[in-house]
Amino acid sequence: MKKETIGDSLSRVDGRLKVTGGAKYSGEYDLPGLTYGVLVPATIASGTITAIDSKAALRAPGVVAVITPFNAIKVPGYQPEASTRVKGLKLFNDNQVYFNGQPIALVVADTFERATNAVSLVKATYQAQPFETNFNKNIDKGVSPQNNKDYLRGEAYAYKNAPIKIEQEYTLPSEMHNPMELHVTTAFWTGDDNVTLYTKSQGVISSQRAIANAFQLDPKNVQINSRFVGGAFGSSLRTWPHEVAAVQAAKMLNRPVKLTLTREQMFTLVGYRPHTVQKVGIGATADGKIVGISHESHSQTAVYEEFTERSVNVSRFLYSSPNVNTVYKVVPLNVGVPAPMRGPGEATGSFALESALDELSYALNMDPIELRLKNYADVDEEKNLPWSSKYLKECYQKGADSIGWSNRKAKPGTNNDGEWLVGYGIGCGAFGAYRSRSLAKIKLMPNGTVNIQSATSDIGPGTGTSMVLIAADILKIPAEKIVFELGDSSFPVAPTQGGSATVSSVGSAVHDACVALRQKLNSLAGKPENNTDDIDYAKVLTQNNLPFLEITQESNANEEAKKYSMYSFSAHFAKVHVHPLTGVVKVKNVVAVVDAGKIVSYKTARSQMIGGAVGGIGMAMTEEAVFDDRFGRYVNGNFADYHVPVNADIPQIEAIFINKPDPIINPIGTKGIGEISLIGVAAAVANAVYNATGKRIRELPITPDKLI
Amino acid sequence: MNQFQYVRPAQVPGATKAITNGANTQFLAGGTNLIDLMKMGVVAPEKLVDINNLPLKKIEGNAGGISIGALASNTEVAEHPLIKANYPLLALAINAGASPQLRNMATVGGNLMQRTRCPYFFDTAMPCNKRMPGSGCGALEGYNRMHALFGASDKCIAVNPSDMNVALTALDATVHVSGVKGKRAIKISDFHRLPGQHPELDNTLQKGELITSVDLPASPFNKNVHYLKVRDRTSYAFALVSAAVALNIENNTIQGARLAMGGVAHKPWRLTETEAFLKGKPVSLDVFKQAAQIAMQGAKAYEHNKFKLTLAPNTLLQALKTASGLKA
Ligand SMILES: Cc1cc2nc3c(=O)[nH]c(=O)nc-3n(C[C@H](O)[C@H](O)[C@H](O)COP(=O)(O)OP(=O)(O)OC[C@H]3O[C@@H](n4cnc5c(N)ncnc54)[C@H](O)[C@@H]3O)c2cc1C
Repeated sequence: MKKETIGDSLSRVDGRLKVTGGAKYSGEYDLPGLTYGVLVPATIASGTITAIDSKAALRAPGVVAVITPFNAIKVPGYQPEASTRVKGLKLFNDNQVYFNGQPIALVVADTFERATNAVSLVKATYQAQPFETNFNKNIDKGVSPQNNKDYLRGEAYAYKNAPIKIEQEYTLPSEMHNPMELHVTTAFWTGDDNVTLYTKSQGVISSQRAIANAFQLDPKNVQINSRFVGGAFGSSLRTWPHEVAAVQAAKMLNRPVKLTLTREQMFTLVGYRPHTVQKVGIGATADGKIVGISHESHSQTAVYEEFTERSVNVSRFLYSSPNVNTVYKVVPLNVGVPAPMRGPGEATGSFALESALDELSYALNMDPIELRLKNYADVDEEKNLPWSSKYLKECYQKGADSIGWSNRKAKPGTNNDGEWLVGYGIGCGAFGAYRSRSLAKIKLMPNGTVNIQSATSDIGPGTGTSMVLIAADILKIPAEKIVFELGDSSFPVAPTQGGSATVSSVGSAVHDACVALRQKLNSLAGKPENNTDDIDYAKVLTQNNLPFLEITQESNANEEAKKYSMYSFSAHFAKVHVHPLTGVVKVKNVVAVVDAGKIVSYKTARSQMIGGAVGGIGMAMTEEAVFDDRFGRYVNGNFADYHVPVNADIPQIEAIFINKPDPIINPIGTKGIGEISLIGVAAAVANAVYNATGKRIRELPITPDKLI
Repeated sequence: MNQFQYVRPAQVPGATKAITNGANTQFLAGGTNLIDLMKMGVVAPEKLVDINNLPLKKIEGNAGGISIGALASNTEVAEHPLIKANYPLLALAINAGASPQLRNMATVGGNLMQRTRCPYFFDTAMPCNKRMPGSGCGALEGYNRMHALFGASDKCIAVNPSDMNVALTALDATVHVSGVKGKRAIKISDFHRLPGQHPELDNTLQKGELITSVDLPASPFNKNVHYLKVRDRTSYAFALVSAAVALNIENNTIQGARLAMGGVAHKPWRLTETEAFLKGKPVSLDVFKQAAQIAMQGAKAYEHNKFKLTLAPNTLLQALKTASGLKA
């Protein structure tokens, strides 16, 4: 029987369940007495609700209740005296409206359709107040976030005195979270102080803490289940106000409540990559040595909650420069609060930095790869630490070979394929390689099969598949004998799935648990602890009269790691065709090369790379949420008008892994790929468009109107 | 969404009668547009007359032309051998629209009748004269990137979103309708209307009239044709601008031209003057460039759609080049 090892190409362990409909998502739990909740959105952008008329809604068939600020029970964690007051929006706690689309009431009915129908019958009256949603008009009101320090190395704005300099502004519109699976929370109380949720979550433990805090419960009395997640991308990193509202409604009605956001509500209630305007200045000597980088960023946030991300940080260390300064500000508007979106701030920041670097390469008349090599950072100049590992040079090389960089023409607008202009571009990125505390429990059964549990999540990367491969490798048994379970808050503690750290954190715990199990079995079998020869696990159990063997292992970041700077690195390459008359861009080819340490699960890792590149193409080419500032409403908050790329927009995407283990970060040597797969893609496409046309698009997305 | 009555008659007279009886009644065909509008609260019919049982699905050749039943699906039309052979422009235009799933459901009648995609029309929390006469035009001073260049009014600057209609207009279709007062035939150019003071009216169909078929005359325009749709993504997006071009070329001379543009007006925009200009001219880049300029006479842009002043002639030029096979 084949015994899989780390790095193998194993199909998703839950793939069959997913394609046969056997995977049960949060919205698919049918409980006795289940009711259905649909939120009523505000139609003003700021003000107070003076009254809500629910009479017609309550008369509509099947309606159980209409919960409003005027009749809702208090959520204890919302009250000022709560030990830890819930942050952000508190639904139905008062009559304030902060943004258009904010939920002002919850209709609960016996079916989803009847609840949806009744929503249209709820009539609110408001006292409207002035509001602001126009980013550009309010950019001067940008404030430094709490806990944020501007960064300075050497001299500020040193680029201004350099012989060759680039000074440009780059704009990214808001990009809305909208995974295929709608956000759904099913909540039911099993006692006065016990509640269970099926909810879309990237971290069942953090969900557990958030719900426990909101209702001032002992966390162990809050059970969170999120076994399958149909995509999240950062939209389920936090517990949203509507999740609390589902629990609140279930308490009020003493019945299970399933609250589902409508597709349109997904555009306002689950966060987005915020509208960001960035100024980048880069100065270099005539032979291409960078002497100064300045990166200033203004990002949209909500008036009721501050959201920050790391859009400027990448400029501090990606290239060697004696002088670097960064400034980061947020602009509070009457909008819903943003959330991290795959590759978060780093993707936003790298679009600006990598576009500016490309502009510099043309100003210098130097190949963009040569410019990057010339300014290669051999150490992390921000932290003043050596890299734990960095193979970015190899990424440049492999990507250039694969995309056919030698066919690139240095002079824009000179490369043709029939009627089409041809261009090549590169965009790079880095994302911190993290590892945090995680536990895993492993249980060896008498038949030799293994069950592993950890309270992690799988929002799509194939976590179970990676964990099974790690276990198979160490235990030297076939993958099919191993089951990995996740998405249950009663399992051993694991961090939230985010920041590309799951394989590093949970994988290390699984690794350590397997090693511990193996050692134990070796000693039970009378072999040296580190014996690697095959042993018959079932036999060892029987010989020792053991019904099973169970070990829980905790794994933490190592001390040694503090002496290093740890990042994943990427070099993305794009080849585009641009039609000179219609401005239509066709992305013909994308090559994504990453140094992400050891690749644990080749097949799912490759899928991650493809997904990230698709997200990056959307960022570059199609995605943009548009406000009408007179009403503070989005004009394209639906899937017909808000464009994500379709299959026909996506070319072949080649994923290349350097696949060299990082010697420091964790026992497996893996650094993480979820985020880095997107970081740099948008710049690669925009730079390719410039190479094709000579038109520099500094405001995404690159739609045809901008190229004619 | 309101409670509504639902009937499903089997014959045309039953359908037209059913509709005149109710105050606020609508036909339901593929439902791909109407049901969305009902869900959004844009329209709230009290009665739906489902016409899917009516015998209006046939596509058949007649005296040199073709008759397309109002209930033929967009896919059936685009895939029909007679359409592919004699009216390839229509097949190209239909296939440039929506997605395969939608085209399987959407009917010819429904496509002719589809409402604008103007965001202000779709969002009941914003003003729109088409949805609620007198409430104002949200787009005029709002987000008007997708909006009209030609024939708009201060009441409405929305565009007809259909691709099929652009080809039907270029091909001189006739819309056959049946009402309680009898049958009539409407030239496609008279079917859709400009907004004027009454943007709530998209077309000249009278209350209770049912589209039964769309007829196309015999046409020499089956060889040098092209439908070029420029949009924000490769598929499943409405046109920023589209151009339907059918040329009758003999010995490198344009004997006749049939041209229309989409995404530029409240109705499919037939380019009669440009057609007249092209007649008798040789196939050449210069001629096409002049034609594209003529087509733009009278264009007026708004804050966000100025790019269409360049994109529209470019699109037409490119479509002329492709249709004629002109290189470079
Ligand atoms: C997301 C999305 C994207 C789309 N993209 C495109 C696109 O790119 N290009 C494009 O051209 N279209 C596009 N469409 C629109 C699509 O073509 C129309 O929805 C479709 O053609 C409508 O046909 P239907 O049969 O479903 O009409 P229905 O929704 O059933 O009816 C629409 C209207 O027509 C009336 N009606 C229907 N049949 C008759 C009849 N025989 N006589 C009188 N009145 C009648 C109905 O009463 C109703 O008012 C898109 C639609 C969607 C939802």
